Amino acid sequence: MRESIKDKVAVVGAGCSKFGERWDTGIEGLIREATTEACADAGIEIKDIQAAWMGTFLGSQTVEGALPTGMLLSQSLQTQFIPVTRVENACGSGQEAVRGATYAIAAKAYDLVLAIGVEKLKDTGFGGLGAMFPGRWEPVYGAFSTGPGRYAMAATAYFAKYGFSPEDGKRMLAEIDVKSHYYGVRNPRAHLRREITVEDALKAPMIAWPLGLYDCCGVTDGAAAAILVPAEEAKRYRDDYVTIKGLGVGTSPGWFKEREDFDFTSWLATEAAAHQAYDEAGIKDPRKELDMVENHDCFSIAELIASESLFLCEHGKYKKEFTDKRAYYHDGEMPVNVSGGLKSFGHPIGASGTRETYEIYKQIQGKAEEPSRQIKNVRLGLSHNQGGHPGKFICGVVIYGAP
Amino acid sequence: MTAGIVSYGAYIPIYRLSQAELAKVWGGRERPGEKAVANVDEDSITMAVEAALDCIGNMDRNLIDRVYFASTTAPYTEKQNASLVAAALDLRNDIMTLDSANSLRGGTIALQAALDAVNAGSAKKVLVVASDCRVPPPDSAFESVLGDGAAAFLIGDSDIIAEIEGSYMTSSENLSVWRRRSDTYVQTWEDRFIKEAIYTPQLEDAVSGLLKKYNVNLADFAKVAFYGSNAREHAASARALKLDKTQVQNPLFDKVGNTGSAFVPMMLVGALEEAKPGDKILTVNFSDGADAYALKTTAGIEGVKDKRGIKRHLDSKLMLPNYGRYIHYRDLMEWEVNRMHPLEGSLNIIWRESKAIIRGNGTRCRKCGHVQLPPQRICMWCQAKDEFDYVRVSDKQGELFTYSIDERGAGVIDLPNVLSVINLDGGGRYYGQMTDKVLDKLGVGIRMEFTFRKFHEQGGFVNYFWKSRPIRC
Repeated sequence: MRESIKDKVAVVGAGCSKFGERWDTGIEGLIREATTEACADAGIEIKDIQAAWMGTFLGSQTVEGALPTGMLLSQSLQTQFIPVTRVENACGSGQEAVRGATYAIAAKAYDLVLAIGVEKLKDTGFGGLGAMFPGRWEPVYGAFSTGPGRYAMAATAYFAKYGFSPEDGKRMLAEIDVKSHYYGVRNPRAHLRREITVEDALKAPMIAWPLGLYDCCGVTDGAAAAILVPAEEAKRYRDDYVTIKGLGVGTSPGWFKEREDFDFTSWLATEAAAHQAYDEAGIKDPRKELDMVENHDCFSIAELIASESLFLCEHGKYKKEFTDKRAYYHDGEMPVNVSGGLKSFGHPIGASGTRETYEIYKQIQGKAEEPSRQIKNVRLGLSHNQGGHPGKFICGVVIYGAP
Repeated sequence: MTAGIVSYGAYIPIYRLSQAELAKVWGGRERPGEKAVANVDEDSITMAVEAALDCIGNMDRNLIDRVYFASTTAPYTEKQNASLVAAALDLRNDIMTLDSANSLRGGTIALQAALDAVNAGSAKKVLVVASDCRVPPPDSAFESVLGDGAAAFLIGDSDIIAEIEGSYMTSSENLSVWRRRSDTYVQTWEDRFIKEAIYTPQLEDAVSGLLKKYNVNLADFAKVAFYGSNAREHAASARALKLDKTQVQNPLFDKVGNTGSAFVPMMLVGALEEAKPGDKILTVNFSDGADAYALKTTAGIEGVKDKRGIKRHLDSKLMLPNYGRYIHYRDLMEWEVNRMHPLEGSLNIIWRESKAIIRGNGTRCRKCGHVQLPPQRICMWCQAKDEFDYVRVSDKQGELFTYSIDERGAGVIDLPNVLSVINLDGGGRYYGQMTDKVLDKLGVGIRMEFTFRKFHEQGGFVNYFWKSRPIRC
């Protein structure tokens, strides 16, 4: 008989590397940074970890065809023959690591496990996502189609569907960019730490029309880790622990963007994952019940449509419900990505899911590293990432909360 | 049973390079006009497919039982090229395909072979396509003259729009322009020698040979479409033949250029476009000998005026912004080392998926009727398994549902890269690359069509596939 995962598993420690262009360290160093902080936070040693789940898309992208295994983690941390599972759901790999670790604890297979996400993108010698290049798998069908190009089509479709002129649509996106940069400055570990204005965003060079430079996240190195234990044992580690309230993974059938009835403005994998997680957490009205959301804002339009697809407002109502009310700021009615998000904090593919774990965990504890972006009385936070591109997503959602 | 022309078509790439741009780069006298230049994703194959599609229109493609492809710039020198053209046209497999290679007369020679095949009764409908994309040496006389284009004719014994009243052919061993296997660029010899010793005798022999054989006069012809390697020489030939100005079919040196094996065929298309029923047309082509055809249009000529042909393609153009863009398109320099991961080619995938990739087919579900591409074994709508039929979609038009304009797409030479989603008339959706982008006309809802294009050459072979394009003209 199926049971909800709610409150069965607790996070008792979290760590996050500095995000950015980490010329100073390789992927192993990123893993060590995040894990060391998480262990110290939980008051444990690496040798106390009984099993680990590591989410990464392509590791460090430097050795073609040599995908990372669990040994990337064991080698980095010198764990001694414990089980390590490498998981991969593209940009949703972090949630998948948390999900695997959570189920292992809930199954009572282990007492203490590590969930970590990591990606080293900046050892390649070029800007951009390198091995993400889709021609590698699809010699002609997907050739030349980039992340920005694919997401920008969702912006064009959203503007057309809801009657925004390109100017008005871009201004709405620019407001999101300004917010992302505002919080990047207020997060010491973020990659992009410079405030911008709406005019800066509107005047910026075009990346993939209608998305300009500030509508797009950078290419970032980083790792983030969490220590998970059974909820009933959490108090042994700390009083202000956080529990898992719900999990969801929505896997698109892939061929969906090719259906004429798919309009690019409502993301069904995200909706499916949200439904699963809300159901487990017992959430009926996410906008009211959630105190914060970290969603997949690799592009401004991604934050917008993901917010709608997580049911934080009705489809097509984003401008009214978020932009006009400034609801997405930390002191607003529905804070979204006040960490700086993927956009400003950075998006090392496999690391983003657990980086969101870190943010929500710290916010619930009232320990946001820079107090000026601390949200008041956070009880429930949602972490969301989606791998792929509009119409072809694999989406992970994890809801965390105070016990 | 007498074979003749049943239909015609032509293709001129959308891009033009102005003579002013060439003079700006290399100095020297600025000539008026421009020439047609293939897009970065075009070659003699893709242009041949365009001209052939223009030629066959909506006819039943299963009626075509031969394809003769003429070019001096076919992408493969070992491996047939006509079979690729036939596959892109989604023709039957039980047909004969043939490459007419190496000669600038390849197109007009193939025409005779097609007429002979139909007259002999061994074929009913033969598609003859001539296409060339010759890369001239930079900063040479050739550079201002050579252009890119294609022409196609359907030869058959019924529904004839132009009868072949007679033809005459010679073979003569000589060198006028040539490329050895090791040559990148075309070579030639002193122009006055070539003209006086080789071209003029070939031209005059062919004309007088045909006139004598069929006992006709040059004055009987409404139009004479004849080869000339450049505008000056062509004009001199017109004078030597004592043609009336109205008889000279415009060779379009100032708009398209010398398109090699497609040149005289394109002139013939131009003549047919303008022809009235009963008009006589003479074509003369020369290179390694010569050939001449006397044609006479029938009343049927009025029925095929809906072609894009020369005229409509000419009017639909984009100027190449600069010479730099051109040398990128033709890959004429050693470029910066690419640090990005390259695209990959997979012959296995191209072979396995050729029904979609080359033949432009999707599938239609037998249960729910939805058209889908790429072809699906499990229906993306109703999940019915292995209940589908292949259906050609490359001939469908549709509406642009959404798009983006990527300024940075890695590996893309003709930036910006436009990604498009097209909802097709009659169902189905295409998600992929757009080409021949008229950026200021882009918008949700514009009408779109398909065009067969070259994607890249990873794997050591040419990777072709279909792109979307705003309806050209």
